[in-house]
Amino acid sequence: MPVQTRNERFASASHDDFPAVTGRELEWKLTPVDKIRDLIDGELDGSAFPAEVSGAAGVTTEWIALDDSRVGSAGLAEERAAANAWSSAEKALAVTLTSEEAVAVTIERTGTDRAPRAAHTVITAAANARGLVVIDHRGSARLSENVEIVAEAGSDLTVVTLQEWDDESVHLSSHFARVDKDARLKHVVVSLGGAIVRVNPSVHLAGAGADGQLLGLYFADAGQHLEQRVYVHHIAPHTISRVNYKGALNGKGARTVWVGDVLIGRDATGTDSYEQNRNLVLSDGTRADSIPNLEIETGDIAGAGHASATGRFDDEQLFYLRSRGIDEAEARRLVVLGFLLDVVQKIGAPDLEARLVAAVEAELDAVAVV
Amino acid sequence: MTTLEIRDLHVSIETDQGSKEILRGVNLTISSGETHAIMGPNGSGKSTLAYTIAGHPRYTVDSGSITLDGVDVLAMSIDERARAGLFLAMQYPVEIPGVTVSNFLRTAKTSLDGEAPALRSWIKDLRGSMEALRMDSSFAERNVNEGFSGGEKKRHEIVQLELLKPKIAVLDETDSGLDVDALKIVSEGVNRVKENTGLGVLLITHYTRILRYIQPDFVHVFVDGKVAEEGGPELAERLENEGYDRYLTGSTVG
Repeated sequence: MPVQTRNERFASASHDDFPAVTGRELEWKLTPVDKIRDLIDGELDGSAFPAEVSGAAGVTTEWIALDDSRVGSAGLAEERAAANAWSSAEKALAVTLTSEEAVAVTIERTGTDRAPRAAHTVITAAANARGLVVIDHRGSARLSENVEIVAEAGSDLTVVTLQEWDDESVHLSSHFARVDKDARLKHVVVSLGGAIVRVNPSVHLAGAGADGQLLGLYFADAGQHLEQRVYVHHIAPHTISRVNYKGALNGKGARTVWVGDVLIGRDATGTDSYEQNRNLVLSDGTRADSIPNLEIETGDIAGAGHASATGRFDDEQLFYLRSRGIDEAEARRLVVLGFLLDVVQKIGAPDLEARLVAAVEAELDAVAVV
Repeated sequence: MTTLEIRDLHVSIETDQGSKEILRGVNLTISSGETHAIMGPNGSGKSTLAYTIAGHPRYTVDSGSITLDGVDVLAMSIDERARAGLFLAMQYPVEIPGVTVSNFLRTAKTSLDGEAPALRSWIKDLRGSMEALRMDSSFAERNVNEGFSGGEKKRHEIVQLELLKPKIAVLDETDSGLDVDALKIVSEGVNRVKENTGLGVLLITHYTRILRYIQPDFVHVFVDGKVAEEGGPELAERLENEGYDRYLTGSTVG
């Protein structure tokens, strides 16, 4: 019996509360579950996942116990791998922004081996705080984790999770965000490296006037599985959401999944939402799933829409560039780069943008774009 | 002195009903400094000629030739044609997300010249050209044609014409969708480039309106895929008064 409404999905912090995963479930059927059984059901090392947090005035960083009141304040695991991580993590990394002057924090996580691990992170922007938090993943890992994000009233928080893992890594990450009254959360998922990377952000627009901007960028090479299941829940009136995910696929077995659920609740009158996903297919032998879902429980909304498109190069764009003397390879590079960087331009963090431009250029250089 | 020569050009496109011939033996010669107006009703093949010169893959050349100073244009790729000195100002300029105007123009200039332009003079040229075409300097950092109005797209085409300095330019219905102020700005731009670089122009239009601002040396009336009549500027005046009706008797147009 499928769940009727997105927010009625079962949630629990305990692995045993979820039935065994068959791979046919709605939330698993597009994921290679047999390659991640250790993270779904196995024993996970729950000790603190190494993280270097750049310090700044107005930022506190601490390891807290899982029974701390901050844990669980933004959401709860909705599937078995997330619950496994939740019940295995021994400590949570808590990063709290309190400054009304914009601050930038980087959480560098470099994995060193492939032992299955669990992690838990809580990022909080206190009332009226402003800042950018970049979670930077590199190295090798098999990690299942939960990330909670709380944007308290009037805050303006940007969270970027950047996956530049090595080719063998597996990363399952559930993000739960709560956005309070008049707060603004920009949430960005960038997945470039890793064998299987699944990042599922759930954003709850809980306070009136809350604003959620969800951006994503992914580039799947041969054999890579990059998945993102995005959920935006408009709970309060006059909330705004924009979801914009863009991906490129190149090489045999390159696989991407994007599922975008938007639920406009009964009390969420006057809301405005739009979600879109676009995929650019650069070679044969790839598969992109793109599934937008929109549920509306109130008749009084300002706007709601969605768009999804997966296709090859736009020949007219190539023709236009080449008619100006730009050779074919360079024209293709510009079109792909432009297609993806469209999202990067919206992040609003110049240093990070420069780095992402370089990272995407490196992805393009590594493949013979056809 | 550059000459573009089109000889007995036959061009077709693939349709659901099979191959369809659009151009049926076009002859034209355009040299530096000359302005040729191609006028004709909708469906007569004017845009097909423009795109065929630029090398759009949709059009198949069945026979005939296009040469630039004797060199076979049809054997060149799209970008080779541009590097040889051909330019097409498009009727519907294409939007390119994520690529800024400034990056696009610098990349094109570098491709055409074989080396990157000197930064200082390039920025000065870019600003100067945008100013002359009444485009705010903020357009340089916007994505190519994205969110531009119809008039802004056309002015952006002429900025490119000015900066990329081709030898022969095809202007495909550059006047369509422009109000009279924008039409004057765009026409002044074309005239300025002609004066400064000795550009040869093939001006494709449905209406005589733009010919008040850009004086043609030759007028060619295009009907049913070929030139039906040729003359000087006086032919445009006659078309203004009489329209295309007298060419259309007995022929079918879309």
